[in-house]
Amino acid sequence: MKKMIFSLMLFVSVTAMAQSDKYEAAMKKGFAAMDSAKTVMDWQNAAAMFERIGDAEKTQWLPYYYAGLAYSTIGWMNPKGDADANADKIKALCDKAEAIEKNAEIYSLRNMAATQQMIVDPQSRWASYGQEAAAALQKGMELDPNNPRLYYLQGMSVFGTPEQFGGGKEKAKPILQKAVDLFKAEQPKPMYPHWGQKQAEDALAQCQ
Amino acid sequence: MRKFIMFMVLLTTGAQLFAQVTISGKVKDNRGRPVTAATITLKDTYDGAIADSMGNYRFTTTEKGSFLLQFTSTGYKSFEQQITIGNTAMVIDAVLKEELNELKAVTVTAGSFAAGDNKRAATVLTSLDVLTVGGGNADITSAVKTLPGAQQIGEQEGLFVRGGTGAETKQFIDGTLVNNPYYSSVPDIASRGRFLPMLFKGTVFSTGGYSALYGQALSSALILESIDLPEKSTASLGISPIVVNGGFQQLAKNKKSSWGVNYNYVNLIAYFSVVKQTPDYFKMPVFHNADANFRFKTKSGGMIKYYTTFAKGNVGLRRADIDSLELKDAFGLKNINWYNNLSWRENLGHGWKMNLGAGYSTNTDDLTQEIQDQQNKPAYIVDQPWSFGKNFVIKNKQELSQIRAVFEKKMFGISTVRFGGEYMYSVNNTNFNDTFISNLQDHYEALFAETDIYITNDLAAKIGGRFEHSSIINKANIAPRISLAYKVGKGGQISAAYGIFYQKPEYTELAYTTALGYTKATHYILNYQKNTNDRIFRIEGFYKQYDALVKSYPINFYYSRFDNGGSGYAKGIELFFRDKKTIKNLDYWVSYSYLDTKRDFMNYPEQLQPDFAANHTASLVVKRFVINWKTGFNFTYSYATGRPYYNFMYNNDNGTSKFSIADQGKTKDYHNLGFSMNYVPSVGKTNSKVFWVIVASVTNVLGYDAVYGYNYSQDGTNKVPVTPPAKRFFFIGAFFSWGVDRTQDAINGNL
Repeated sequence: MKKMIFSLMLFVSVTAMAQSDKYEAAMKKGFAAMDSAKTVMDWQNAAAMFERIGDAEKTQWLPYYYAGLAYSTIGWMNPKGDADANADKIKALCDKAEAIEKNAEIYSLRNMAATQQMIVDPQSRWASYGQEAAAALQKGMELDPNNPRLYYLQGMSVFGTPEQFGGGKEKAKPILQKAVDLFKAEQPKPMYPHWGQKQAEDALAQCQ
Repeated sequence: MRKFIMFMVLLTTGAQLFAQVTISGKVKDNRGRPVTAATITLKDTYDGAIADSMGNYRFTTTEKGSFLLQFTSTGYKSFEQQITIGNTAMVIDAVLKEELNELKAVTVTAGSFAAGDNKRAATVLTSLDVLTVGGGNADITSAVKTLPGAQQIGEQEGLFVRGGTGAETKQFIDGTLVNNPYYSSVPDIASRGRFLPMLFKGTVFSTGGYSALYGQALSSALILESIDLPEKSTASLGISPIVVNGGFQQLAKNKKSSWGVNYNYVNLIAYFSVVKQTPDYFKMPVFHNADANFRFKTKSGGMIKYYTTFAKGNVGLRRADIDSLELKDAFGLKNINWYNNLSWRENLGHGWKMNLGAGYSTNTDDLTQEIQDQQNKPAYIVDQPWSFGKNFVIKNKQELSQIRAVFEKKMFGISTVRFGGEYMYSVNNTNFNDTFISNLQDHYEALFAETDIYITNDLAAKIGGRFEHSSIINKANIAPRISLAYKVGKGGQISAAYGIFYQKPEYTELAYTTALGYTKATHYILNYQKNTNDRIFRIEGFYKQYDALVKSYPINFYYSRFDNGGSGYAKGIELFFRDKKTIKNLDYWVSYSYLDTKRDFMNYPEQLQPDFAANHTASLVVKRFVINWKTGFNFTYSYATGRPYYNFMYNNDNGTSKFSIADQGKTKDYHNLGFSMNYVPSVGKTNSKVFWVIVASVTNVLGYDAVYGYNYSQDGTNKVPVTPPAKRFFFIGAFFSWGVDRTQDAINGNL
C-alpha cells in the first residue's frame, strides 16, 4: 500500500510536471507564432493563442501579457484600424493579467494602448489619452524603477513630441540612454518579456 | 497492485493513441456576413483558432469528452456551444449577434451639430474650436454662425436659423431655459452672449428637429452643458484695453468639490477714443460682471452644480434723427441681470438616471430716448406721427423661475426611455411712459417623453412627444417628434427627422392681447453625414412649414390688432465639410447654406422673404498653429448674399387695415474676414508655473462696408442704411493663469 501511495504521488507529480511542460510548450508555440507573424491576421492568431492559454491556466499572467503585446503590435502596424476597440482589448487583458500579478510590464502595455488611442486625434485626445499614457508610465516606474521597457517607451514619447512642445531628440537622448543601460543590465528570465533592446538602441542612434 | 498497473497501462496506451480531432466551421453574423478574426476557443484548453477573412476556422485537438466551444469577436455577443469530442472530425458553425454599443451605435445627426470632446459621430467641433474661431472674440454665437443654417446677422443679436427670427432660437444651460442669453442691446447693434465658451464642455446647435425634451423654440435650440469639476485649482487674470478680469477656482483636496469666483470689468472709453464710432456715445459702455460657481460630486458619482452670474451695464448713444435734419435721438440703456442655475444629475441604480434643474433669473432694462437739438438739449416737439414714440422712458422687468426633472431608464440593450416635466413661472412687466403699463404672468407646464430605440448598431429611432400648457394664452398643445438614423458604409449615415414645434407669442405681442394661440412650425429634415478620422462631410435638406404666426393689422397710426393669421415656409440645402487631413497642420471647415423662405407675419402685408434671410450664406474657417513661432493663426471668412429690406407704410386713406410696401430692395452682399492670433510663449515649458497667452483679433480685416438693411423716415422719403458702429473691432489682451498648466490645452489644440 505504501508503495502504491508512493507511486500515486509519483504519478501526480509526473502529471503536474506534464502540465507545466504543456504550458511551456504552448507558450513556445505562441512565441513561434509571434516570431513568424507578418500580417495583422497572424498577430491576431498569436494573440488568441496566448489568450486561450491564459484562460485555461488562470494563474499565469504572462499569457495575457503576450496576448496584449500582440494586440499592441497590431495597433502599431495598423494605425487605420479601430484604435479604441484594440486598446480596449489590450486594457481588458491587462486587467486580467494584473488580477494575477501586478507588475511594471503590464503598465508598458497600458502605456502603449493609451498612446495608440491618443495618436488617432492628438488634438482632441491629448488631454485624456496622453495623460492616461503618462500615468501608466509613472505607475509602472513606481512598481519597478529599473524597467528598461518603460524608459524606452518614455524616450519614444519624448522623441515623437515636437521640440517646441518639450520633446525632441536632445531631450529623448538621456532617457533612451538610460533604457539602453538598463537593457544591458537586465537578467533574462525564461518566458519573461525581453523586447525593446534593439528598438531602444536604434532610437538612441537616431538621437546622436 | 495488478489492477493499478492495468490502469497505468491503459492510461499510457490511451495517451499513445492520442487521436487528433479536427474541429472546423464558419462564423457569420446575423446578416450572414463572415466575422473575420472571430476567436474560437475550446474552453479550459489551449486549443482554438481565429476565423479567416471568409469566416472559416479550423483547429485540431487531442481533448476528448464534453467541452464548451466559445466564439467571441469585438462588437458581438459571445456565443457558446456544448460539444462532445469523440474520434471524428466535427463541423460547427456559429452565428454571432451584434452587440449594441453606445459609442459605435448610430446617432441622429439630422438637424444637429454637436461640439464637445466626446467620441460620438455627431461631434463636428471641439470646445476649443469654439474658442478659436477667427474674429469670433470667444463668443459662442459667433462660432455657431460658422455652421450651416445660421444667418450672418450683424444688426441684432441672436441666432437666425433657417428663415426663423432670433426669438425662435432658445438657449438652454444644463436643461433649463435661459431668458436673456445676450447682453441687452441698443438698436441696430448686436450684443454678445453673456456666457463664455469656457463654461461649457458640450454644445449642441440644433438647426431643427430637436428633441422632445426641449420646447418653445420654433426654429432652433442651442443646448449647452456646463463643465464639471476643474482639473486643478487656478487663479487667472486678463488684461486688455477694454476689459480686465480676475478669477479664482479652488478644487478641494479630495477632488470632490470646487468653488470659484470671477469678476469682469468692461470699459470702452479708451477704445472708443482711439477707434472712432459712428454713433456719438454720450455714455460710454461700461459693464460689471461677476459670477460664482459651486460644484460637487455626490457619493454615487452624481454631480450637483450651481452657477450664478450678475451683470450691470450702462450705455448711451446719440444718432441723427431720421425724420428731421437738425434733431438727434439720444438713447440710453441701463441693464441689471442676475442669472442662477442649479442642476443635479444622479445615477439612481438599476439603469435609472435623474437630471434635476432649477433656475431663477431676473433682468431689468431701463430704456430712455429723447429727441435732442444740435446742442444736445431736449427738443420740444408737438406730438406728430413721426415723433410718436421717440420720447420715452421704458422700464422692462423680466423674471423667470423654473424647475425641471428628467428621468432616464436603460431598457433592453442600449435603448433608453426618458421622461419628465418642467414648470416655468415668468413675469414680464413693462411700463411705457407711465401710460402703457402691462404686467404679464405665465405659468407654463410641460410633460415630455422620449425613447431611443436601437434596432441594431446601424439603425436607431428616437420617438418622443411633448405636452405643453401656457396659462397666459390658456392653451395646450401636443408636439410629436420622430427621428431615425441608419448607418451606410464606413462612417456614413443617413438620418431623418420630423417634428412639430410650438412657441407662445412674444411678450411684446401679448402686451396688446392675450387672445392668441401658439405659433407653429413643422420640420422635415433629411441628412447624410460621412465621418472619417480627420474629415467630416454633411449634406442636409429641410422643409419647414410655419403656421399661426402672429400678425398685426393697423387700426390707426398708434394701435394695431393682433391675431394668428400668419404663415410661411422655409426650405433649403446645407453643406458642411471639415478637413484636418489634406494639408498638414492646417484645419479648416466650410459651410454653405441655401435658403428659400417666405413668411407673412408681424406687419408684413403678404408672404415675403423676411429681411433677416439671405438666400446664400457661406463660411470658411481656417486654423493653423505655427509651432516655431508658438503662435496660432485663425481666419474666418463669411459671406452672404444681400437680404431684402422693406418699408411698410400705413396709409390711412386706402381703407384696408394693412400695411403696404412703400419701398423695397435688396442690400448688397455681405463679406467679413475675421482674423485672430494667439501667441503662447509657455508652449513646451512643461514645468512653467504661469501660463500666459496673448490674443489679438480683428473683425472685417478687408474693411468691407456692411449694410444690414435700411431705416426709413416716417414719410418714407429719407432712407438710411443700417451699418455697424465701426468698420472693424480690434481686440488685444493678455491672459495669465497660475496653478494649472494650461499649456496642455494649447498643445491639444495644435499638435
